[in-house]
Amino acid sequence: MDVDWSSFTPIASLAGGVLIGVAAAVFVLFNGRIAGISGVLGGLFRPGKGELGWRVAFILGLVAAPLAYARFAALPRPRIDAGWGELVIAGLLVGLGTRYGSGCTSGHGVCGLSRLSPRSLAATVAFMAAGFVTVFVLRHLL
Amino acid sequence: MPVLTALLAGLVFGIGLVVSGMADPAKVLAFLDLAGRWDPSLALVMAGAIAVGLAAFAVARRRTTSWLGAPLRLPTSRHIDTRLVAGSVLFGIGWGIAGFCPGPALTALGMGEAKAAVFVLAMIAGMGVFELLDRRAP
Repeated sequence: MDVDWSSFTPIASLAGGVLIGVAAAVFVLFNGRIAGISGVLGGLFRPGKGELGWRVAFILGLVAAPLAYARFAALPRPRIDAGWGELVIAGLLVGLGTRYGSGCTSGHGVCGLSRLSPRSLAATVAFMAAGFVTVFVLRHLL
Repeated sequence: MPVLTALLAGLVFGIGLVVSGMADPAKVLAFLDLAGRWDPSLALVMAGAIAVGLAAFAVARRRTTSWLGAPLRLPTSRHIDTRLVAGSVLFGIGWGIAGFCPGPALTALGMGEAKAAVFVLAMIAGMGVFELLDRRAP
């Protein structure tokens, strides 16, 4: 295995991970909910009574985060190599798949594993494996 | 109050995504590319998040209401079925194609990236397809 040590950002990634954990902690301890992004967003299609406010607020917070970040430090620009068609296909798969699978990287990966849920472990293994295989096929086989 | 704490949680979550590098699809794909020049950073994002999460959910598990008095809604299903695994596989394929999962896509949208906007629209459409199919199912 060829590890790209020059791109490895252990401190920033660990610190960012801790912030994500703190956000999930705030959300479960104050709102009593799992901080699963696909669930919070997808639940807007059929929001229950009193759910609209916090669902929209959480999503707004996620979208506004770069603005808050930019007040303290220079905002890094993401590099998006996928083409427009690939983005549409990927987006459709992510939207459909996370709703069928009842969660994504945050709901299953972070919250589910933190709850020691066997269901979330199965989901996380499935989407990680599919991600590894997809990148292998697209970058090294095709 | 629940709206304010939700906004705060979303903000901190998004800042965490930017700080950690998860909001950058190129970095996510470098993590998923085990056979290429592998960037292990994102394993540490999960480690940091789960370290805090373990403590938070240990507290939450013993409660029936949140600190604001809202009912504590933790999933109760323990059933591992085709729906869970097949859905997660579809998600993983999409994740591997673009390097975006739902949270980072929304945060990259907030960075003003047009490509993130297209991904988010397609993702919402995908969720809409689920609603249609799921509502029709018995």
